[in-house]
Amino acid sequence: MHYFDLPLEEWTNLFINEWFVPVLGGFFDIISDNITAILVSIEDFLLWIPPEIITLFLVGLAWRLVGWRMALFSAIGLLFIGSVDLWDEAMRTLAIVLVATVFSIIIGIPVGIWSARSSMVDKIVRPILDFMQTLPSFVYLIPTILLFGIGGVSAVIATFIFATPPAVRLTNLGIRQVPEETVEAARAFGSSSWQMLTKVQFPLALPTIMAGVNQTILLALSMAVIASMIGAPGLGSVVLTGISRVNVGLGLVGGLCIVVLAIILDRITQTMGGQAEK
Amino acid sequence: MSKIQVKELTKIFGPNPQKALQLLQDGAGKDKILSETGMTVGVDRASFEVNEGEFFVIMGLSGSGKSTLIRLINRLIEPTAGEVLIDGENTLAMDKKALMTVRRKKLGMVFQRFALFPHRTILQNVEYGLEIQGVPKGEREEKARQAIESVGLNGYEEQKPHQLSGGMQQRVGLARALANETDILLMDEAFSALDPLIRKEMQDELLTLQEKLHKTVLFITHDLDEALKLGDRIAIMKAGKIVQIGSPEEILTEPANEYVSTFVKDVDRSKVLLASQVMKKPDVVALWKDGARVAIRKMVEKEISSIFVVDKEQRLKGLLTVEAALDAIREKRWGEEILIQDFSTASPDTPLHELIGIATTTKYPIAVVEDGKLKGIIVRVSILSGLTLGKKEE
Repeated sequence: MHYFDLPLEEWTNLFINEWFVPVLGGFFDIISDNITAILVSIEDFLLWIPPEIITLFLVGLAWRLVGWRMALFSAIGLLFIGSVDLWDEAMRTLAIVLVATVFSIIIGIPVGIWSARSSMVDKIVRPILDFMQTLPSFVYLIPTILLFGIGGVSAVIATFIFATPPAVRLTNLGIRQVPEETVEAARAFGSSSWQMLTKVQFPLALPTIMAGVNQTILLALSMAVIASMIGAPGLGSVVLTGISRVNVGLGLVGGLCIVVLAIILDRITQTMGGQAEK
Repeated sequence: MSKIQVKELTKIFGPNPQKALQLLQDGAGKDKILSETGMTVGVDRASFEVNEGEFFVIMGLSGSGKSTLIRLINRLIEPTAGEVLIDGENTLAMDKKALMTVRRKKLGMVFQRFALFPHRTILQNVEYGLEIQGVPKGEREEKARQAIESVGLNGYEEQKPHQLSGGMQQRVGLARALANETDILLMDEAFSALDPLIRKEMQDELLTLQEKLHKTVLFITHDLDEALKLGDRIAIMKAGKIVQIGSPEEILTEPANEYVSTFVKDVDRSKVLLASQVMKKPDVVALWKDGARVAIRKMVEKEISSIFVVDKEQRLKGLLTVEAALDAIREKRWGEEILIQDFSTASPDTPLHELIGIATTTKYPIAVVEDGKLKGIIVRVSILSGLTLGKKEE
């Protein structure tokens, strides 16, 4: 089938090396510096707080929001992370997850709202989201390294790309699911577009939006692990080391810590979504 | 002056409404336009006026375009052609902001499926219209509480809509529209989703409220019984067109075409219906406090030529005719002696067929009396509507 020669690989590299990096490199450096600053300060903060305090906080939160079983699980799980001596790695992973999730939400929810209100925007956004979710993550890990270098910032960017779609999609869905008659009533009473959004659509869509946030956090966690391949510190790199040294035990320990974090984050945010419903 | 004026209002659903509009003006029917262009004529050149304080009912079966028509009035649906004048101002010429103001200040709306805000309490639901106008919290809460009280829902302020029954939810819907203190109420099949007994109760309460508030009401229904009961005037719609406008009596006695007459024809129900089932709430004058002038004003308002007079205990004292009232003013008299007594009475359980003979000969309404107290009155139209339609709750 080689009728035509399509040197997409060469073109892409030419584009990236000759134009993208030299021209936009400075711009990306600024982004990179800012993200680094945020990431480092959050990481430092999480590492500065004694593990016991963080554990108490998370256990308390689980108790209040979910119940005593979850609180017990959190306590045992976090004790486990401390016992296998991976607390610092877990906090680094958590820092990447938190920063990426915050970016995903800040950008994802407004885009979701916008695409719920305009079918035109929806038509444009939807394939972009498909692209972000289905493109193998390694493909954008490469240019990310080029632009942001190896380390946490690239991990945040890659995680952001991977974890934003559910925030957009579920915000869009949530707002579109608000009953037509409710929206009509709000219009009939003379609501402005902003009042419609803030007083009717957003509050009614909140449970669905929170489900999106929950998905975003879980995807961020799974991506933060993959991102260890581009030098992100944390639990992922522990697992990666386990793989490269064929050290089954190390892989298992790192993997279990990730599971513990995932379950705690999932249950807590899921319950927050459920409460928004009431 | 008429409060709402609708001129040649048309709505065509489809990609090229102007083309269909041209066809419509050339005399093509709804079906022809649908088969030729694939576009649906929702409302076909509807024209009518609603006067201030009038209860105007638009009646039609599903698909007749009545719900579309009411949404064209406040532009929830954008009209294709025509004019809607609210207090003489054309809403179709308004920009977004002016339209928003009209919706806030002039048009309250009640919906068939209530359309309450499920995340807000009853009080917050009722407050909504005032809240978005930026009315301070204290003031809007007070108005909302008044509206809630007027529909009899005190004590439910802090509940959420889903905790209430359908009838109560619609009371909230009504209170929400009342709280804005708009002159006009648009009611889209407001009682159609309620079961018959609750529906009758709501109809009665709406009439009582209307006596106090004198809103201009545009009420949509598919139920002729409801239309006859509530409406000062009724417009009947078919396939997007208004086929007849008239008072309930005109609709019953002079149906404009076969379509209308199929609505009004029914079996002889005179043997099963009782006076209490067809009587309506009387307009009365209180002997101990109202004077002849009040009596005349009430008669003018209701367009009637006589009115029943009662005492403090609602005991029927007699009938006051407009002539007697005028004499009373001239001669400065006001007392029981000017009332006439030769009107017909019936008890609440008199069968309707016994009343038909009386109704055709007497020139006054029949008083329905129990233990000397006036319970209701029966006019010719209520017998007719009873005969042709019956009551839902039987």
